[in-house]
Amino acid sequence: MAVAAKRLLTTSKAISEAIAEEMERDPTVFVMGEDVGVYGGIFGATEGLLAKFGPDRVMDTPISETAFIGAAVGAAVSGMRPIAELMFVDFFGVCMDQIYNHMAKIHYESGGNVKVPMVLTTAIGGGYSDGAQHSQTLHGLFAHLPGMKVVLPSTPYDAKGLMISAIRDDNPVLYMFHKGIMGLGWMTPNPRATDDVPEEPYTVPIGVADVKREGGDVTIATVSLMVHRALDAAETLAGEGIQAEVLDLRSLVPLDRQAIVDSVHKTHRLLVVDEDYRSFGMSGEVITTAIEGAFDYLDAPPVRLAYPDVPIPYSRPLEHFCLPDAEKIATAARELVGR
Amino acid sequence: MPSDDVLRDLHRQMVRIRIFEEAMVSVYQEGKTPAFDIAAGPVPGEMHLAAGQEPAAAGVCAHLRPSDAVTATHRPHHVALAHGMDMSRLAAEIFGKDAGLGHGKGGHMHLFDTETNFGCSGIIAEGMPTAVGHALAFKKLGRDDIAVSFFGDGAANQGAFHESLNLAALWNLPVVFVCEDNAWAISVPKDKSTAIPNNSDRGAAYGIPGVLVADNDPVAVYEAAGEAVARARRGGGPSLIEIKTDRLLGHFEGDPQLYRTKEEMDRLRERDAIRAFEGRLVETGALDEAGRDRVWQEARVEVDAAIEFARQSPYPAPESALDHVFA
Repeated sequence: MAVAAKRLLTTSKAISEAIAEEMERDPTVFVMGEDVGVYGGIFGATEGLLAKFGPDRVMDTPISETAFIGAAVGAAVSGMRPIAELMFVDFFGVCMDQIYNHMAKIHYESGGNVKVPMVLTTAIGGGYSDGAQHSQTLHGLFAHLPGMKVVLPSTPYDAKGLMISAIRDDNPVLYMFHKGIMGLGWMTPNPRATDDVPEEPYTVPIGVADVKREGGDVTIATVSLMVHRALDAAETLAGEGIQAEVLDLRSLVPLDRQAIVDSVHKTHRLLVVDEDYRSFGMSGEVITTAIEGAFDYLDAPPVRLAYPDVPIPYSRPLEHFCLPDAEKIATAARELVGR
Repeated sequence: MPSDDVLRDLHRQMVRIRIFEEAMVSVYQEGKTPAFDIAAGPVPGEMHLAAGQEPAAAGVCAHLRPSDAVTATHRPHHVALAHGMDMSRLAAEIFGKDAGLGHGKGGHMHLFDTETNFGCSGIIAEGMPTAVGHALAFKKLGRDDIAVSFFGDGAANQGAFHESLNLAALWNLPVVFVCEDNAWAISVPKDKSTAIPNNSDRGAAYGIPGVLVADNDPVAVYEAAGEAVARARRGGGPSLIEIKTDRLLGHFEGDPQLYRTKEEMDRLRERDAIRAFEGRLVETGALDEAGRDRVWQEARVEVDAAIEFARQSPYPAPESALDHVFA
């Protein structure tokens, strides 16, 4: 009996394949952004699309984020399903009005009469010395503002399925991909950034967390690249007899609060890992969810390992001092379970 | 020169806008005297009225179909009505009622109407990129509809203005950009905020026509807009029109207007575009005096009915505040 060969794709190829399949299915889907055409997206999310669909559907834009993100909003209202790329999430400062005052509010302001079905993709994350203006994740900032879904894939499989869900969603979806999960040849290699991805279109539902590794001693809840770091830590911990459960939240809006509560019911301990800034963000929200829904099950106060509240420094030792990593996660988990 | 029918339509449109805005002045004051409280009365919040700026709305929108997209600003009533928005649903939204366009969630600066493809933004110049996007969709969908973006002279100093003109020109999109220059950005006069006297000159920076309508005359607006709309519709790309117009009222209701003199305000009232226009229509015989009076009378009836509808309509259920965040 033949065993089906694995179909290995990087996360970036999984994303561009998802977009291509939706563009074939639905003529109203199109892509626009800086360097999404010939270049294929600085982080490869639109690779190959220009050759396949031509410049009318894969549109390089001027460096003019207010205009083209706003144009995506208008086009979505008038019957299209645009995918606009904000090259680095850090660039939101030049176009935030279109994102949070328009993209995210028009449906509500219209009393539900106007829909804005669009995807805003953006690259997040640091760890490669790109400094304070090109290394942030900022998912907590966007998740705080009502009216847009916030999706953070961690694996090639999830990336494709979540992208297809995002394109088919009738709401604005902010789709944040970490540079470190894309499988780019010019970034530090990440073995989990390449995986088996089905060729046919499929969806991964937005708002459903995924247990990436089961365990009974401690829950490690996180998103995006930190899922990989948590899995590395969990392997180390397993060798020491500590079974960590890695919960990939996959989206912050909606947040799968039940999955957090369920996991804490099982493990009685919660560690939240976040590459975003520590205060007023994802880590606080996840811990609050656990306290509200599973207080009696907690055997120890929840712990968070997050980026300290400082702008992201350039120099390698400074940046890595701040970033959560597998070793720090393992240390925090050991302390939490009392080893 | 447009036909008498067109002239009478322009007149009728401007009159119903004026009466609506004047009715808003008095409705807005209800419950706010003697001590002004912005949160009190049947119409709370800020209220930006467009009395005096009717020629821009009437003259441009006379060329549009309901399927053409229009984006407007924090001062949107004249444009919304000229583009055919249902006056009762507009009034109900302003009153915060469930029968309003957005079931009371938008308010007067955030009006969205799918019937007339109308939207507006309370953020200066930020409605412009959306208009570019509507036009992009029309082009992609093979529709010969166009998008029109209204904005004030204050918006022309925002980045969104320049980005929008560049993108629309670059992609040859069917957009008409309409700058209503009422000479004031709240309290700051245009010569203290804008490096050049006429924003229409800025069209040249993007290789598109920039047309100046130097007085607040609906016929001049109608003619300039006719050309720009036709050009957009036939695939000729965007245009910029600047209309020198008059803001007869304050930036918002309750604005003490200490920054301009009573003489200036009287002068604006004396040159009221509607009165000047209808005087000409009566002179040329396009309108007789009885017909003129009938237009005002009918507009009053229409506005009274819309406001009465809004007043009598129920408020939305308070807990419906939680609906419509997502589709």
